[in-house]
Amino acid sequence: MRWVCIVFPQLALDGAQRVHPEPDQPLALLAGTPQRRVLQTVNAAARALGLRPGQSLTAAHALAKSFACVEYDPLEIERLQQLLAAWAYRFSSQVSLYYPRALLFEIESSLGLFGPWPQFEARLRKELAELGFRHRIVAAPNPAAARVLANLYDGLAVADDNALMQALALLPIDRAGLESQAATALSRMGLRTLAQVQALPRHTLARRFDASLLKHLDALSGQRPLALEFYQPPDQFNARIELNFDVQSHQALLFPLRRLTGDLSAFLCGRDSGVQRFDLHLEHAQAPDSVIKVGLLSAEREPLMLFELARGRLEQVQVTSPVRGLRLVAEDLPVFVPQRQDLFDDRPQQTLPWEQLRERLRARLGDDAVQGLRFHADHRPECAWQAATDSRPCPNLSKVRRPGWLLNEPTLLSEQGVRILMGPERIETGWWDGADVRRDYYLIQTRAGQQGWAYRNVGNSDGLWLQGWFA
Amino acid sequence: MGAVVALDSLFNGGRVWKGRPAAPPASVHPTGLAALDAVLPSGGWPEAALSEILMSKDGVGELQLVLPTLARLSTLGERIVLVAPPYTPYPHAWQNAGVDVRKLCIIQAEERDALWAVEQCLRSGSCGAVLCWPRKADDRALRRLQVAAETGQTLAFAWRSLSEAVNASPAALRLAVEARPAQVRVLKCRGGLAHPAPIALAGH
Repeated sequence: MRWVCIVFPQLALDGAQRVHPEPDQPLALLAGTPQRRVLQTVNAAARALGLRPGQSLTAAHALAKSFACVEYDPLEIERLQQLLAAWAYRFSSQVSLYYPRALLFEIESSLGLFGPWPQFEARLRKELAELGFRHRIVAAPNPAAARVLANLYDGLAVADDNALMQALALLPIDRAGLESQAATALSRMGLRTLAQVQALPRHTLARRFDASLLKHLDALSGQRPLALEFYQPPDQFNARIELNFDVQSHQALLFPLRRLTGDLSAFLCGRDSGVQRFDLHLEHAQAPDSVIKVGLLSAEREPLMLFELARGRLEQVQVTSPVRGLRLVAEDLPVFVPQRQDLFDDRPQQTLPWEQLRERLRARLGDDAVQGLRFHADHRPECAWQAATDSRPCPNLSKVRRPGWLLNEPTLLSEQGVRILMGPERIETGWWDGADVRRDYYLIQTRAGQQGWAYRNVGNSDGLWLQGWFA
Repeated sequence: MGAVVALDSLFNGGRVWKGRPAAPPASVHPTGLAALDAVLPSGGWPEAALSEILMSKDGVGELQLVLPTLARLSTLGERIVLVAPPYTPYPHAWQNAGVDVRKLCIIQAEERDALWAVEQCLRSGSCGAVLCWPRKADDRALRRLQVAAETGQTLAFAWRSLSEAVNASPAALRLAVEARPAQVRVLKCRGGLAHPAPIALAGH
């Protein structure tokens, strides 16, 4: 049991359905020349309407009106395969797209981490269901056998070579992955199962058939290794969802956005990296794309969080012209470092780490909304603070009395009823940078009992300026 | 046999009246003002709840009430979030009061977003204390903050105008700071009768 094969029986249809918020609507994929459009695939709801693959589009329209059509795009299938390979790369370093519409990967070396096989299989199924792909999973000792058994079984796990021979023996000829010409010839000879073919003497098979037949039989039994080309994940993520209609509101963009961020997260998990910056392109029909930049303070890859952040940015943007497509591009993929969490933290279960909270606040309130505070060594009160976080602890400061609150702008104070409690304290500095101050500071008390910090400009009788409150 | 209830939780919750006055239980969040701690049923700030501080004007000592608590929390490594403060905190004064200013975090927000931000911070459970200055918050908004503080097990402080004292509030503790003479009055405290006599504030 070294290889897993996951077959996607309806890859093109799943690819089209997963970007639709309502997958149960009748849907047909179209192919063929512009003169004669033919239904390539239909989903269950469309089948219930009487639509069948191979029908012409005009015939389909005669049968039913209310079904959606999506272009069948071989390139799109290739992209989906790449995405699935990126997803599977998380579980194994040997991922291959050798067979079309199927994933092959080696699991023997990953079982120690992911688990006994039933648990691992359940996880694979769960994640594939979340990504929106129907699938059949088979595990077998060699890749060719896994692929062939996946034609017939779902959830089969063949442990060793003896069990494999028994499982293969029962395979019907036409499902054994043979070339169609050879399969037809064999069945015309009266052979029904693979066991009967394997029982034939090798030299007679070699004389009657191409060499590929024996090669295939040997690959199935594991005597001849299959030369597989392994998948290498790309260094950037670039995915696009085309909308089949003009979208003017944010609401309709949320579902495709959730898919894109989910795919991004699956990709990042496969590479074991995070994302710190990514761009959302809203594609318009007749105008250049509007680009929404999403920036984070640390690398993240949680799908829900990525979605929520992208959503926060998206909702602030005015969509001016109709959107036809949505593209997500992430080029900078730094290494993901998981947050350190305290084992004995007595906080409640649903606690949200500060980093995520900060991103959520920044997404809604703006990039500069969340600030730190630090002391700056300057005697002028307006220069004595900076909106940034210090890495080193603050040095011990002089124990002079300073107000807890500092006004943004000094305001002129009417001197009626103001009592001076302490002062003056002369602050005279700043001659080097042009913002020269010469002030006498007083601790004052107003008639209402408020304590404030006010100053008089030296040599300038323009009154008492309030600059802070001793709150 | 019914559900087992720990006696401590009953007593500390203030739901059982005890004939013999016992020493007030040591609170996890003492206010730092011994006279105030003595009259509060929990011996300090109510845990995981909203405390309201009402004042007639700025600069009457309303911040001094919480600075000892913030100092203690920040040295424990807890984060202190100020959502839309009315003025800039002067690091020199806060540092001298013992607050580690590296743990301060200021969120600039409009009035409408500020309440949302406060609720998010409280609910997240990743902050030690959340300070806010709601101006137009109604009963329902404060109720949300109170529930969020309970959910996230976080201390919440709200400074409001003294004119709000006549309106009911879901806060667990309501204090009124008066300037002349400088004193604090307990308007409401959950789990006990509000102490009628005012408590003098030093330094004002």
